[in-house]
Amino acid sequence: MGSTSPTGQNVDLARLDAVFDKYKDMAKGSLIPVLQAAQDTYGYLPIKALDAIAKQLAIPISQIYGVVTFYAQFRLSPRGKHIIRSCQGTACHVRNSARILESLKTALGIAPGGTTEDLQFTLETVACIGCCSLAPVMMIDTDAHGRLRPDRVPKILDSYSN
Amino acid sequence: MSKNVTVTIDSQKVTVPAGVTVWGAARKLGINIPTLCHHFDVKPYSGCRVCLVEVKGGRALAAACSFPVSDGLEIYTNTPKVREARRLVVELLLANHPHDCLTCDRNQNCELQRLALDLGVKEIRFEKSKPTWEIDRTSPSLVRDPNKCVLCGRCVRFCSDKQTCAVYTFANRGFSSIVTPAFGKGLGEVACTLCGQCSTICPVGAITVKDDTEAVLKAIDDPEKIVIVQTAPSVRVALGELFGQAPGSIVTGKMVAGLKRVGFDRVLDTNFTADVTIMEEATEFLHRLGSPDKGKMPMITSCSPGWINFMEMFYPDLVEHHSTCKSPQQIFGALVKTFYAEREKIDPARIVSVSIMPCTAKKFECTRPEMNASGYQDVDYVLTTRELGKLFKSCGVSFDDIKPEAYDPVMGIGTGAGTIFGNTGGVMEAALRTAYEVVTKKTLPALELTAVRGMAGLREAEIDLDGTKIKVAIAHGLGNARKVMEAIKAGNPNNWHFIEVMACPGGCISGGGQPIAHDINYRAKRTAGLYEDDRQLQFRKSHENPEVKALYAEYLKEPGGHMSHKLLHTTFHNAHMDLFTVLES
Repeated sequence: MGSTSPTGQNVDLARLDAVFDKYKDMAKGSLIPVLQAAQDTYGYLPIKALDAIAKQLAIPISQIYGVVTFYAQFRLSPRGKHIIRSCQGTACHVRNSARILESLKTALGIAPGGTTEDLQFTLETVACIGCCSLAPVMMIDTDAHGRLRPDRVPKILDSYSN
Repeated sequence: MSKNVTVTIDSQKVTVPAGVTVWGAARKLGINIPTLCHHFDVKPYSGCRVCLVEVKGGRALAAACSFPVSDGLEIYTNTPKVREARRLVVELLLANHPHDCLTCDRNQNCELQRLALDLGVKEIRFEKSKPTWEIDRTSPSLVRDPNKCVLCGRCVRFCSDKQTCAVYTFANRGFSSIVTPAFGKGLGEVACTLCGQCSTICPVGAITVKDDTEAVLKAIDDPEKIVIVQTAPSVRVALGELFGQAPGSIVTGKMVAGLKRVGFDRVLDTNFTADVTIMEEATEFLHRLGSPDKGKMPMITSCSPGWINFMEMFYPDLVEHHSTCKSPQQIFGALVKTFYAEREKIDPARIVSVSIMPCTAKKFECTRPEMNASGYQDVDYVLTTRELGKLFKSCGVSFDDIKPEAYDPVMGIGTGAGTIFGNTGGVMEAALRTAYEVVTKKTLPALELTAVRGMAGLREAEIDLDGTKIKVAIAHGLGNARKVMEAIKAGNPNNWHFIEVMACPGGCISGGGQPIAHDINYRAKRTAGLYEDDRQLQFRKSHENPEVKALYAEYLKEPGGHMSHKLLHTTFHNAHMDLFTVLES
């Protein structure tokens, strides 16, 4: 049932004031822009921020949860500093992208969709990146890493850790 | 006045007011357009696409439940294209619906089952493509099985539009779509009042009532236990529907006989304690009216446990407006293990107290820790009307044939005032019948207080108590209750003195545990049944109930006295649900 974010972390709700101020005349119709702005603020949508938005716009929290889970653009859990997209398209598949993904999972200790505890990396899978000649391939942020071998994965990840 | 329009449906002309839907216009011609997501209690949603019809000149098939008629429209409800489309829609729904009908709570009372049969769906060519969800058993009253959900959104609409609680939402998209409380939480983990209306409006078995019949049978089978049952007012005009009778049929005697056949040791009447409630509540009201330091005004009734939950969750600062009187169910529970046990020389430890209720929130009310005035849990089990129907069937009670019997004596006599507790306006009328005579020492000129009757969501009336004008208000459905609370917050501009609130629209007659209704007029019919019951009863005012008089003479001494406060009154809580206490627990 939808991903539930950890609720314990500190969320500075004062940061929403500017968002509410900007949309104060739009009331209920402003839910989506407000959610987008809140996500820009926090990097994701913390439950505490959603609760504050519900109260501000007088929209039930359940309905906001419905909107947040409907649109792929909204995230309920924090994402890492770096986004890894491991390609599982046809070309990568026949070049054993499954082993690349395994290697990523082992190195990061997370499953696809997950984020490392230090918030450095988020691991995602994609169906094709559009550079099949480099298969198997992955993107880290805007960098493409092609002709991968499982044993090279940790070293590539190291180059992003700082 | 809206203007009339004439449309042609299946070559028949019909004239209806503009704005009526194709579905409504077809009904007028005796044409039944099948529906699933549509329900007379909520606004059209046109999500299920079962009610598709052909509109001449239209590009695609239209959803009859929401398509408004306009002059000259030509509609076809029974063409090969329409039949094929409807069948396909249902076939697709069935592909993702569990095929465990034989063991489903809604077997033979399921709208999806009915549709499949009516539309002649013979095979399912598609495979299940939805994820499998966990069954939600966190609620004390309801069980939610998202695997059976057809995403019709009736519960979503009822809960948000009528009850203003918005517990449910649609979440996710595509095959992962689900109806769920926020953040995928269980019903027992969010601000749900347990009114149970979602379980009566659900077309399938996705939201059902927590079944306590086995626990009750186990108590009946235990020779050490004396199992005493009470029956709420509104059950007697609805139970018959589970056995083919019309809504509003009064089946008190058959119900009592059935309960005896099932094996209950004593069959008593909640109407009796409804009368006791009136004695206490009318006294409390007159106290508060006379001296404002005796309690907050306006005073609000407190017999609807869904309403209590609502008040505690959403208006915790205003709980002092509630009458401190317990509900008739809980007054019964407190008395049966004290007064009744002493009188009948039964060890209260041996008593298992069961109540038959129209209500799902009652299952929670009886487990409140403060509800043990007798030194035991005052009410041990609550069965809803629907569960009672199942119990009768499983125990071989032939409802058609069984001869009516009378309640057992002592706590078995209820008045007409007690019986109308079951419909909106009834508690107010019952209280006024007694308050008037206590204050004025005169007999009521007109016993039936039509001023407080009716089905409008929020009603007001003024009653003259020998020169003192009392302003009363009656609200039913939590959306109307919210209006009342907002008015009190705003300083009670209408100067209400006494307010009756019922969580369910119509009151207990359409409680969350009542039979699933298919008749658009079922509320009015069940209400008419209770008013008829009132007319037929020997006593019609709570203070004239001979057993109530005896109870006060022998045991409680006086309404609002020391014993009453010990047994029959309670306090309310601040149960404001902070999202984070919920999510972090």
